Parts: sequence; C-alpha cells; structure tokens
Amino acid sequence: MDYFLELFLGGLTRGSIYALIALGYTMVYGIIQLINFAHGEIYMIGAFTALIVISVLMSTGMNPVAVILIAGFVAVIYSCAYGFTLEKIAYKPLRNAPRLSALISAIGMSLFLQNYVLLAQTCDFLPFPNLIPDFECIEPFAHIIGSTDVVILVTTAVVMIILTILIRYTKIGKAMRATSQDRVMASLMGIDVNTVISFTFILGSATAAIGGVLIASHIGMINFYIGFIAGIKAFVAAVLGGIGSLPGAVLGGFVLGWTESFATGYISSDYEDVFAFLFLVLILIFKPSGILGRSEQSKV
Amino acid sequence: MRKFAEIRKSLYVALWFIFLTFPIMVIRINPLEKTVEWRWMNMALVGIGTFFLSFLWRYLISKKEEGSKRAEEKQNEKISKLRRLIENRKIIAGSVVAGALLAAVFPFVVSLYQTNIMTTALIYVMLGLGLNIVVGLAGLLDLGYVAFYAVGAYAYALLNYHFGLNFWMVLPVGAALGALFGILLGFPVLRLRGDYLAIVTLGFGEIIRLILENWNEFSFGPSGISNISRPPLFGIELSVQNATVYMYYIMIFLCLVTIFIVKRLQDSRIGRAWVALREDEVACQAMGIDRTKTKLTAFALGATWAGMGGVVFAAKTTFVNPASFTIWESIIILCIVVLGGMGSVIGVITGAFIIILLPEYLRVFSEFRMLMFGIILVVMMVFRPGGIISGVRRTYKFEGKNF
Repeated sequence: MDYFLELFLGGLTRGSIYALIALGYTMVYGIIQLINFAHGEIYMIGAFTALIVISVLMSTGMNPVAVILIAGFVAVIYSCAYGFTLEKIAYKPLRNAPRLSALISAIGMSLFLQNYVLLAQTCDFLPFPNLIPDFECIEPFAHIIGSTDVVILVTTAVVMIILTILIRYTKIGKAMRATSQDRVMASLMGIDVNTVISFTFILGSATAAIGGVLIASHIGMINFYIGFIAGIKAFVAAVLGGIGSLPGAVLGGFVLGWTESFATGYISSDYEDVFAFLFLVLILIFKPSGILGRSEQSKV
Repeated sequence: MRKFAEIRKSLYVALWFIFLTFPIMVIRINPLEKTVEWRWMNMALVGIGTFFLSFLWRYLISKKEEGSKRAEEKQNEKISKLRRLIENRKIIAGSVVAGALLAAVFPFVVSLYQTNIMTTALIYVMLGLGLNIVVGLAGLLDLGYVAFYAVGAYAYALLNYHFGLNFWMVLPVGAALGALFGILLGFPVLRLRGDYLAIVTLGFGEIIRLILENWNEFSFGPSGISNISRPPLFGIELSVQNATVYMYYIMIFLCLVTIFIVKRLQDSRIGRAWVALREDEVACQAMGIDRTKTKLTAFALGATWAGMGGVVFAAKTTFVNPASFTIWESIIILCIVVLGGMGSVIGVITGAFIIILLPEYLRVFSEFRMLMFGIILVVMMVFRPGGIISGVRRTYKFEGKNF
C-alpha cells in the first residue's frame, strides 16, 4: 500500500509539472492554433537561468530560500522575454502563412535554442542544488512525500487559480477568449490581437519557467536537452485533456503523470518514454478531441 | 530623419538582445568547482551582431511585403530567372550530360574518402526525395521519418546476421517493411489534423529507437550489430576500396530510379491528389478524393524509400546501432526538403548536397551545424517558404485568341 501511495504521489508531482508546461501549449494553441514546438526550450532556458542566478548568488552567501525565490523570479522574467521574442521572430511573420510553415519554423526555433544553450553553456548534465527547505510538519510522511513535492503541488494549485481568475475575470482574459474564438472578429471589436498573442506567449512562458525551476530542484540536474522530452510529454498531456482547454491540460497532466508513474513502477522503467507516446497514439485513435475538449468537425 | 529612427530602432533591438542573452552567453558556471566565469566579450559580440542583423531583418521583411504586393499585381511574371534557366531545354540537356559524366568518373578522379562522402550525400538525396513525397507533396509533416530508415537498416542487419541474406535480397524486403510500418503508423494517425501528426510521428520515431536500445535479445541493444556484409557483385569478392566504389554506383543507380519514379508519381493522378489535399482538404473530399487512402499512400511510399535508404546505409557502414537513428536525423532530412524546396525534385537534390557536403568541407563550422539548421528552417520559412528552387505546379495555359 505504501508503494502504491508513493507511486500515486510521485505521479501527482510529475503530473503537476507536465500540467504547468501543458498550460502554455494549450493557451498558445487556443489563440493561434499552432503547436509551439519551442515551448519546451523556454522551460529549459528558465531552468538554466535559475541555475545561473543561483550559482552567482550562492557565492555571495545569501540565504538559500531568498536565493531560490530570486532565481525563480529572474527565470520567469527571462522566460517571458524569450517567449515574447520567439513569437516576434519566428511566428509573427508567418501569421497568414500555411500552418506547415509555422510548424517548421517552430521546430527550427526549438533546434536553435537547444544548440544555443549547448554552445554557450555546456553539453554535460549540471547539478541543480535543491534549495527548498525541509518542512517539519510533513516529517511523519517523509517516507512517501518530500517537501519538494509539497512545494510543487502547492505552486501548481496557486498558478492554476491565478490563471483561471486571469482568464475568467480580467479584461485581457476576456480579450484572449475572444481572440481564440475568432481572431478577425475580435480585431474588429477593437481588440489589439498582436498584444493578446504576445501576452499569451508571455503567460505560457511564465508557467513553463515555474515548472522548469521546480522540476530542476526535484530531479537535481539539468542539461540543454531536458526541454525536448518534457515538452513532448506536456504536449501529450495537453492533447489528452483536450487541446485549447485549461482544466483539460491540468487533468491531462495528472493522468499522464499517473500512467507513467504506475507503468514504470509496476512494469518496467526502461520504457518510460514509450508509455507516454503509446498513450498519445491511443488517445488520438479513440478520442482525438481529448477528455475535456470540444470536437470541431469541418464537414464536406 | 528616417535614417536616425532606423538606427535608434536597431539600437533598441541590440539592447534587448544583450539583455536577453546576458545570463546564458555571458555567465558560464561550473557548479562542481563552484566557479563563475564572466565572458563580457560575448556581450559585445551579441550587441554588434544583432544591431546589424536587425537592419537586414527589417530590410528583408519590407522587401517580402513589397514582393507579395507586387505578386498580386502581376502574377504572370512571378517566374524567376532561375526557374527559366532550369526550364530551358538546352540547358537541361547540357547539364544532364555533364552531370552524368561527372557522376560516372567521380570515384576515379577523387580519393576514396570523397567517394564515401558522396555516397552518404546520395543516400540523403534518396531520403530527401522520399520525405518530399510526404512533406512536400502531401503536406504531412512527418518527424519520425528516421524510424523507417531504422527499420530498413535493422532489417538488413538482422536478416544478414541470422540468415545470411545478401544486400540484393534484402533491398526489396527493406522497402516493403518500410511501407508496412508506414501503413501501420499511418492508419491510426492520418485521420488527424496535420499538427498532431507531427507529434505522433515524432513519438513513433522515439519509440522505435528506444525499443532498439532496450530490447537486447532482438537488436543487441546500444552496442548495435557489426560486420554486416557489403553488397555482392556476381559472387566476386571485392576489396574494401572497390566495394566503396561499387556502393557509390549502386547509390547513383538507386537515386536515378528514385528520381524517375518520383517524377512520374508527381504528375500522376495520385500525385495531383496529394497536392490538392495539401491545399484544401475539404474541397478535395468534395471532389471525390478519398482522404485517408491518399494520405496513406503518400505515407507508405515515403516510408518505402526510407526503408531502402536504411538497407543501403547498413550495407555501406557495415555497422548499425540505435545512435544513428535519433530525431536529429529526421530533422536533417526535413531541413534538406525545406531548404531545397518542398515539392521540387531538383530542389531536394540541391538541398541534400548543400546540407550534407557543406559541413564536411567547412569543418570549422561543424560545431554550429545544428544551430545553423535551426536558423535555416526559420529563415527559409519566413523569407522563402518555397525553398531555393521552389516546385512549380503544372498549370494549363490558354493560348488561343482572346475572347
């Protein structure tokens, strides 16, 4: 039973991270119907920036909790800046081009960002210090859940709530919803579509950066390649939940997290990534619109 | 005054990029020794580089917008000089003869090493042409193309290892297996929209690689299979040197066959159906084209060439392991198709030679190879979506009297 609970909570933590990254995919997809392939790279850059800030600040001997908070903040800022620039360079000139062009451009950007970090930094795995302190109150449960997991779960919940409020009740949220329904109509109603799209990229990048910092503290090491697999898995989560739907992305993240956790725990850990992909293929065959997605059919 | 505004704009761009690249370009950390290295030189480089590049970028964007306006005005004069050059019959005949002569004597005038590289480039020509069917003609973004390549390579390696089958026997088997896997994968996913397809094929490519890496009893794991026999020539034992030359000629032959078939396919009923499907699915179905079947044929045919390419690859290197079949291989092949020109046979051939041969001869830049590929993909899509030599669709021209 303890083993089951451990796997369950492990899956939940893992799922939260996927959910945080999947939110960015799903938001961008909802607005411009493009799979932002470079989203995983934004997450990786967030983690790298955090590591760099941590290394610089730690040499000054600052309090670890302050260090991780500052690093997280800087990582979010930088990821947002990267997301913003990415959209301006690689996607905006292709707004009216065929979808295939935008998709290829996105892959190019992903390749570029990976190699940029590889060349500017290193190709080795770098250790990422875990600066999240151990909480005393969870001491009795320490054998099944660590304090890092608790922080991850709480952060995900908070981010989710903030996002929901932002999209439901604010003016920019309303503009986002309008743009995702019909871009042309929205612009006719006086919504600056370019601003909305930029804002969506910034928002998505911010959640990805939070996810990046959290998982880097959880796993304890990063390299330039982490964004790629995480990005794909988050995409699987987004599709699973129904792409374009925010609660769907979170649900999809959890389901994927549990699937991986139980499959590796009870079957085999060699094929960890295979499960995610197989899962994706199965969903796409049986329920292409995802768990919470609406199916849109174009009829002949 | 306008010039001043331009300079100010570029200055802002440069400052923005200095800010953007600051942590990653300037600071390099070494967490093991807990040292931090500051590289201020890079900051200056980024600033100066982006300052000038932003001028170029804006100039190209404005030119592109102008170009699209002009294209609307006079559509007939869109055909570029390059295209007219290619279309000129005399030039075609001349260059074909010259190319054939060059290809025929190539192994005798250059070193063995060069021949080897050329064979590799030819394999990529074949792969590029195969992927061109899927991406260029049918408009399906296939990121797991390398999986079929792996299937072909392992088919030959395993059949040769266990049953001693030779190259010529396995070549059709590899092609058939490629097609079979193409259909197996294509069947469930081709009903989906394009962007899902990209991810699923990518996943499929990774699944195949992971299986090859982990299923030791079947594929001998990460260490791979070595001592695969080279292609036989009527029972004559060839030295390594001669075998390389022989391999080169086999590749020339296979490439010619591929070019011929792809050209024929392009103009056939199914080829036109692919292009139509790429342009508008709904209209296409209304015209009575079976969407799934048409896509599936494109997918299976593309995979066939990957399967054959795999067999040739295994025979050429006499060694296969899963590390040769990563996602990057798929992206390199995609780069070939995109750079050369989607849907254009001559474009893809040019693209393959550029992408494979340039890094071989410009060793200095080999570090930046993948970085350049990324830039190529983005820049090509933004400024020249048709590639270097874009494919032109056959159109019917009315040449009678004007009404």
